Amino acid sequence: MSALTFTLKTALLHSINCSALTPDNLAGKSAAEIAAIELVKGRNQLLAGDIFDISGTDTQELCFRNATAKLDYIGAGMSTGSITIEGDAGAGLGYGMKHGNIHCKGNAAAFAACSMRGGLLTIGGNSGDFLGAGTEGSRKGMLGGTVIVKGNAGDRAGDQMRRGLILIEGNAGDYCASRMIAGTIGVLGKTGIYTAFNMHRGTLLLQHQPELHATICDCGTHTLPFLNLLFKSFRQYDTKFSSLDQNRVQRFAGDTACNGNGEILVLQPQA
Amino acid sequence: MQINGIQIDDTFAEAFNMRGTRVIITAQNHKWAYHAANAMTGFATSVIGCGVEAGIEREMTADETPDGRPGVSILMFAMGSKVLMQQLETRMGQCILTCPTAAAFAGIISEDMISLGKHLRYFGDGFQTSKLIAGKRYWRIPVMDGEFLTEETTGMVRAIGGGNFLILATSQPAALAAAEAAIEAMKTLPNVIMPFPGGVVRSGSKVGSKYKTMFASTNDAFCPTLKGITNSELSPEIESVMEIVIDGLTFEDIAKSMKTGIEAICKLGAGSGVKRISAGNYGGKLGPHLFKLHDILKGSAA
Repeated sequence: MSALTFTLKTALLHSINCSALTPDNLAGKSAAEIAAIELVKGRNQLLAGDIFDISGTDTQELCFRNATAKLDYIGAGMSTGSITIEGDAGAGLGYGMKHGNIHCKGNAAAFAACSMRGGLLTIGGNSGDFLGAGTEGSRKGMLGGTVIVKGNAGDRAGDQMRRGLILIEGNAGDYCASRMIAGTIGVLGKTGIYTAFNMHRGTLLLQHQPELHATICDCGTHTLPFLNLLFKSFRQYDTKFSSLDQNRVQRFAGDTACNGNGEILVLQPQA
Repeated sequence: MQINGIQIDDTFAEAFNMRGTRVIITAQNHKWAYHAANAMTGFATSVIGCGVEAGIEREMTADETPDGRPGVSILMFAMGSKVLMQQLETRMGQCILTCPTAAAFAGIISEDMISLGKHLRYFGDGFQTSKLIAGKRYWRIPVMDGEFLTEETTGMVRAIGGGNFLILATSQPAALAAAEAAIEAMKTLPNVIMPFPGGVVRSGSKVGSKYKTMFASTNDAFCPTLKGITNSELSPEIESVMEIVIDGLTFEDIAKSMKTGIEAICKLGAGSGVKRISAGNYGGKLGPHLFKLHDILKGSAA
């Protein structure tokens, strides 16, 4: 069986909600049924078959070709299978996903991995703002799973993140780990201003010294044994983080402005 | 049955159902891992007075342990899950939390996971940090030497305790030397511990006593100095008896361990002073597991 492939026919003017096109929803459906899925409702109704050329049969392995940032909510809520995106993805990539695997080869727009609960999301390019954050009104961000961003992340990465792992190989924007509740974020590049703003708990692992605001407190340089476990867990992923092995870090704690007990660990040369 | 001039009695060891757990203890080096493990398995020879029976199972190299540091694995057994949980928590708090550089990890996974560091975390007074790494929850508790790292839970499994055999020899040194040889061989096997000092117990007990308050008392039938005044099991030339008690995760583990130990003694031959190998039992009425010496040595015990 070959991957069920959705090839975008023409450039879209408006965003399309692709949340219906997940391995869960498509399992057991015939080619005709899949083509008849309504993606845009209302007067200008558009079906999947109108927007995409659909080929292949394996509903557990989906592929989006010629994908652009107009394709929102790809893989939303999925709990099985895998999705490959050849191109860019729109907002809400992997929104609320529970299990499975999404690989976006290009860039992802804002709110990628938003409210994600499990599985693996890999973004080959950059991600927009609010990576791994929560939805509007939600008091909790990402709740589990792993996100790997090969490029840069926008502002507010990990905002209100509750659990899980975000690994950003490039730079992160402003307010990285803001309001973070728990979980782990790693950034190999640089971070913007107000890193860990109102951070409650959780771990932000950095390669470069961040510019920190006054309520994040320096706790000195230490060798932390738990980092051995963390680094070991990175080795299962295809990421630059898998080569980390120095467990000597400068530890900053905070944000004391909100009585926070989070930590920023800045990797140091091995003593 | 005779092996190399040593008589193997046609008898059996009687063993009981227990609950067991395994904990992996790591530290900066083996020296400190052993300090922690020795403390944790100290005063844990018999459930009669210690609550649990515990011992070091084996040494682990850095690449075998979860955190990549040198370690040891320990096994701990109790008659019930409640005692095991309570003893594990107490010993974790007093022996591992306190030991410089030591960390503790689950050594076994089961359906019933019990607290390893789950409650110990409150020692952190709000500064403790939880990390969920690769599906397992760990606690980091700030302590004066840095951070104490412990996994939240470890497994609890059904196990067997009280496998044993007796070494009957013509002198005390001969009996002890044979016991040492057996222990050296048995220590190489996984899933078992010999919880008594050096793996050997000299005060084997029987059930009951002439005193109402005692529910176990000296095994007079095997006491060499009582040969003339009690219903003795000992022939005139026997001057000393040593017992090796084995707790293990399964029947097969204990049977294999007993076989290894007895064979190590038999290799020494009758010239070593060892004349007989026997086993302790209560007539087969108390314990559900019977380790028949002849069957074990023939490799047909089940």
